[in-house]
Amino acid sequence: MSEQTQKRFESYWKENLFLILVLLSIWFTVSYLFGIIFADQLDSIRFFGFPLGFWFANQGSIMIFVVLIAVYVRLMNKLDEKYDVHEK
Amino acid sequence: MDILTWTWIIVGASFALYIGIAIWSRAKSTGEFYVAAKQVHPVLNGMATGADWMSAASFISMAGMISFLGRDGAMYLMGWTGGYVLLAMLLAPYLRKYGKYTVPMFVGERYYSQTARVVAVVCAIFVSFVYVAGQMRGVGVVFSRFLEVDINIGVLIGMGIVFFYAVLGGMKGITYTQVAQYCVLIVAYLIPAIFISIMLTNIPIPQIGFGASLSDAGAKLLNTDAGYLLEKLDMVHKDLGFPAYTGRGAKSIIDVFAITLVLMVGTAGLPHIIIRFFTTPTIKGARASAGWALLFIAILYTTAPAVASFARFNMIQTLNNVSYTDAPSWFKNWEKTGLVAWKDKNGDGKIQYAKGDAFKGKVEFAKDSEGKPLRGQYGERVVKTPINDKTKNELYVDNDIIVLANPEIAKLPAWVVALVAAGGLAAALSTAAGLLLVISSALSHDLLKNVILPRMSEKTELIWARVAAGVAVIMAGYLGINPPGFVAQVVAFAFGLAASSFFPVIIMGIFWKKTTKEGAIAGMLTGITFTASYIIYFKFINPAANVAANWWFGISPEGIGMIGMIINIIVTFVVSKMTKEPPKEVQDMVASLRYPREIT
Repeated sequence: MSEQTQKRFESYWKENLFLILVLLSIWFTVSYLFGIIFADQLDSIRFFGFPLGFWFANQGSIMIFVVLIAVYVRLMNKLDEKYDVHEK
Repeated sequence: MDILTWTWIIVGASFALYIGIAIWSRAKSTGEFYVAAKQVHPVLNGMATGADWMSAASFISMAGMISFLGRDGAMYLMGWTGGYVLLAMLLAPYLRKYGKYTVPMFVGERYYSQTARVVAVVCAIFVSFVYVAGQMRGVGVVFSRFLEVDINIGVLIGMGIVFFYAVLGGMKGITYTQVAQYCVLIVAYLIPAIFISIMLTNIPIPQIGFGASLSDAGAKLLNTDAGYLLEKLDMVHKDLGFPAYTGRGAKSIIDVFAITLVLMVGTAGLPHIIIRFFTTPTIKGARASAGWALLFIAILYTTAPAVASFARFNMIQTLNNVSYTDAPSWFKNWEKTGLVAWKDKNGDGKIQYAKGDAFKGKVEFAKDSEGKPLRGQYGERVVKTPINDKTKNELYVDNDIIVLANPEIAKLPAWVVALVAAGGLAAALSTAAGLLLVISSALSHDLLKNVILPRMSEKTELIWARVAAGVAVIMAGYLGINPPGFVAQVVAFAFGLAASSFFPVIIMGIFWKKTTKEGAIAGMLTGITFTASYIIYFKFINPAANVAANWWFGISPEGIGMIGMIINIIVTFVVSKMTKEPPKEVQDMVASLRYPREIT
């Protein structure tokens, strides 16, 4: 493997790790922070007929999990192409 | 036609479908048997993963558990879905790149150690057997409740079906049957939920309906006035002395946090889920597949809390302070099965519902000398179990009733009840089959082919794989008929054990090249020993001490896997730092997992 390829692979991996970090922070925020730790405080806000903390715990977090994976899949497919490491 | 006839027809038709698929998709090579020749389309793999994941407990019991737990119940909802985010980003693509057949095989190669592989085989088999015994029992229970056959005969019928398609089709057969089973179970779950949502709020989407206002008809049915459904339910709860349904429950924040984390991480560490991502044709496909799987799971998991609140509201309003003679017909129907029971403590002939358990211990009905059930003054079944006189509560309701009685509560036709039975069976059978395949491949590939008979041909290995699957089915059936007492206890802890052993080792193996064999083994052993000791102490040695005041950091045995996982990670890190780096070829292998393309 040439040095250039090595560098390319390393920056691909770094971008991947950064993306994972950002998405998992959102994952943590909507479930553990909004749905558990700050649920009582959020419950005083009404979101349609739901207390907001209850909604995050029962519905919102799960829906956001689906979106997070979808975003990851899209961005990774682009990243694979950008660094030319996609499967042939 | 009556419910029983409909149930036989619909259950029979679904079984015929599964058998048909098994014959069409039988496996011809070990590649097809272990990983469906890596030819499964990501969307179909997502559906199969959904069915694999959603067990009898998710289908039958989960909405009921949430209904009695209120907001605390969300730990199951988030815990059993959030793990897929971890799978998609931290596990699936890299393990798919690795490309071999089993999780123990990955552990063995990554940690350049046959011992590590054998330890992983033992763990995978143990977790899967504990889990599968519960599924077989679930099949028997559904049969006995809906088809009025003995539980053991139900288990035998379930065994026969699974035996047929798992032995014949291997992973390929299981995958395509799971796709069919997902369709059956999701339709069966949604139909009653949609109709109840319309009945109460006029909105056909349950996810929106339970946050909406009650319709006029709904308010009348629930004997309340107009307003948001959840607001009214909170009021009803307060009137009866319960904490608000949408508010904080009995558990502490730290405990809910720990249990949720353990369930998420445990999900991502379960071998029968991980192995599904070995079956897609590409790495791109493996990532996408995790997303599809979660979408299909989320359809059921976001409906469940809606069903829970509808059913909770309906149950309280149609039973509390209603005289037994006027109680709705579903109550009397399900009384026969022992899932609901009533004892008139204050002698007013009315059912009173309040906080606390109505009875002390497991509810059993009294029988006369001929074995016929005894009836009380209003025609109710007489309960033998002593009453709990510390509470005014007269009503016993099993969790499962919330889903099982749903179609009758919504006054839906008999065929819908039958469909729910078929759905419950689909959920139990699909999960059982996925687990049996893990056991079979661990035995035939990791133990026989790798350790005992390395020179056997592929054809012989395929025969052994089938034999192993067959033996696993028979053992699972045996455990389903004679469930050892510890199974129910252990299933709840399988997640904690997986979280404190497998998960850190796999993740660190992928993300940190310098994780050493010694580090991984030391980490797994300390993590699992700590977690198991804590559970065994509070559950088996000294159950009387199992109260929040005695727990470390306020974390219950269900959530202690979180601490076990942290210990595992720290020990793995420190020991890896102190021992010799892994060989270069292992570090190169880890590097190659990170890029979809083959490096040349």
